[in-house]
Amino acid sequence: MIAPTPGGSTAHTPEGHAPAAASAKKQFLHDAAEHVRDTGRRAFVRKALSGYYVSRDTQKARYRDWEHARDAASLAKWSAVNQLDTLLPKFVANFEANGGQVHWARNGEEAREIILGLLKNANARAVIKSKCMTSEEIHLNAAMEADGYGVVESDLGEFIQQLRGEPPYHFVFPCMHVRRDEISDLFGKHLGTAPTDSPEELTMIARKHLRRLYVEADVGITGANFLVAETGQISITENEGNARLTVALPRMHIAISGIEKVVEHLDDLAVLLPMLATAGAGQPMTCYNTLYAGPRREGECDGPEEMHLVLLDNARTALLADPEQRDALHCIRCGACLNVCPIFKNVGGFTYGTTYQGPIGSVITPHLRGLADWNHLSAASSLCGACTDVCPVRIDIHHHLLHNRRNAASTSPSWLEKQGQRFFAFVARRPWLFALCGWLGRKTLPLAKALRPPPLSAWLATRDLPPAPEKSFRAAWKARQR
Amino acid sequence: MTGAASGKHDNAAARATILARVREALRIPAPMPHLAGHESEPAADGAGRPALTILPSEAARPWLPDGGNTPEASLALLEENLQKLRATCVRVGDLAAAADYLAGLVREKDWQRVAWHAHPLVEAVLAGVPCATYRVDAPETPFDKNALEACDAGITCCECLVAQTGSILVASSTCGGRALSILPHAHVVIATIDQLLPTLAEALDGARQRHGGRLPSMLSFITGPSRTGDIERILVLGAHGPKELFVILVG
Repeated sequence: MIAPTPGGSTAHTPEGHAPAAASAKKQFLHDAAEHVRDTGRRAFVRKALSGYYVSRDTQKARYRDWEHARDAASLAKWSAVNQLDTLLPKFVANFEANGGQVHWARNGEEAREIILGLLKNANARAVIKSKCMTSEEIHLNAAMEADGYGVVESDLGEFIQQLRGEPPYHFVFPCMHVRRDEISDLFGKHLGTAPTDSPEELTMIARKHLRRLYVEADVGITGANFLVAETGQISITENEGNARLTVALPRMHIAISGIEKVVEHLDDLAVLLPMLATAGAGQPMTCYNTLYAGPRREGECDGPEEMHLVLLDNARTALLADPEQRDALHCIRCGACLNVCPIFKNVGGFTYGTTYQGPIGSVITPHLRGLADWNHLSAASSLCGACTDVCPVRIDIHHHLLHNRRNAASTSPSWLEKQGQRFFAFVARRPWLFALCGWLGRKTLPLAKALRPPPLSAWLATRDLPPAPEKSFRAAWKARQR
Repeated sequence: MTGAASGKHDNAAARATILARVREALRIPAPMPHLAGHESEPAADGAGRPALTILPSEAARPWLPDGGNTPEASLALLEENLQKLRATCVRVGDLAAAADYLAGLVREKDWQRVAWHAHPLVEAVLAGVPCATYRVDAPETPFDKNALEACDAGITCCECLVAQTGSILVASSTCGGRALSILPHAHVVIATIDQLLPTLAEALDGARQRHGGRLPSMLSFITGPSRTGDIERILVLGAHGPKELFVILVG
């Protein structure tokens, strides 16, 4: 028997997100304020990331030219995404020639329906999963559990999050916010193990518990990091060996992938695999990088009898249709942009309320789930550009946040903002009025700081304003020129 | 195969819709990404599509981590990388010495049973090993998953070794299937020195040439023993796969 999900994975789904606020934006503001006050947790997450910065820089230094390698990775993805109309059918033909079966899903509902149908046809009872963000995106676990299947996440971080009844905090490091004593208590509660403060012992508890489940499971579900068009292989990157076991022992393998994961050449992986590892986790290579071409072949001693691939659109084609932001589909989900983002480090992963957190999540979520409801993510950015600097495939992340702001302003402008801009334009076109307003501002600033009228009160609640200058900029400039 | 999907889902219709959306979306070309500025600017072909004059992966070869220009340099890099990954690499003169090393390892680790697959290198090294053995690829009889899980180590050959990253490439068709190199608690790889390649690019190219139009159902680059950093980003070896990895290099 595979243990059912304690707590259930529906308790904290991105959409459900505990106390449902009136809108995703209100929920974001509420959760952000709460997380920012939790200084202990923030310090803990920063400390967890500090080791990453060191190992990432050590590994980057082994590249003979990291910046040019980024160009190559970027070009490989750009070329593939912009030829998706020919490469996608080419991949599918080769994948099918290898003996795999392809299922096309226009949205999450179709993908869930396809997978539940496959489980039913296979008379499956127990499902083992390796980490797969597309399955989070389509809320697959809840659907499988509702149909009575035992579902277990095998990646250590995902296993911990499943026991906690929470979605991943970070799409590469799912439980980076959880302390070891919390994990020890969690394992004690659900698995009946003795308390320990050793990460190694905690890992061994999960190892022992899960090994039996790989052997018992009927179906293994994985994601895919790359789909290789010229050979029809899918590439899966992982450190723990849980995906290898998930695809070795059960009798059926189901992989789920977004359509944008296609690369043209097998050789592209010689660039993308090491860069994914270095940018994502500060490694020379992730421990297991595995290419699968269909189910067990004649003459091979093990492997599943069937291999299925669910190709998911779920609004990726909407992002593809925006040439300005199409490069957001180059994303290889390394998570480097989250690890350097000041917003992520301060508001935490759950606050986003999305499957894909951090800067890249803020860019793509409005495309996947609607700009009107998700544009606030574009505003939750200091536009410092740290994300763009570290992206191994050179996605112009912080400019896309600006593009989203512009698009939102032109499609559903705020009345107040519009009047404000109109007023500013009126003043700025009249030098005498501009000077008068400046003079008024300089004279009344001390009074405003004392009285704190709204909307200034919101700004002053957590910040201060500098003292008013004595002269205007124009007067100061004139004096300087002399 | 298309259309053979589950019950009511109309696979052909979904395929047609998605491909139509993709074609429609790509009617407006996207600009080239911002680059650091090198010479291989791709020119558009007749249809205004990207046409790269040199493949990005080929251009990238001199920019990626070094794989060594000589066999000696590659070997030094391999040993250094494996050591950093906390794998054990030993170089022995011949197969007899490799067998001696394995026998010593079995005694030192007190292994009771090791799993193996039929291959001349593996069989030569396994002769006279002082413990029970379990073959995974016996003809006509599938192996027992629980029996394999109970084995202390899996002994396999490999497709090649990669100096650049310290990786070992195994294939399901030639290295004892999918489970042998991942399910037992330790993994011992027997390789010959001529299997050492400088880079990943050469390893991928070699695999494709060896297997031609019939790729093995699994090709896996193993880079060190199984590991996780999921608890407080602290490295722990042996998350789900082998805790220990040994490479015995013959020649």
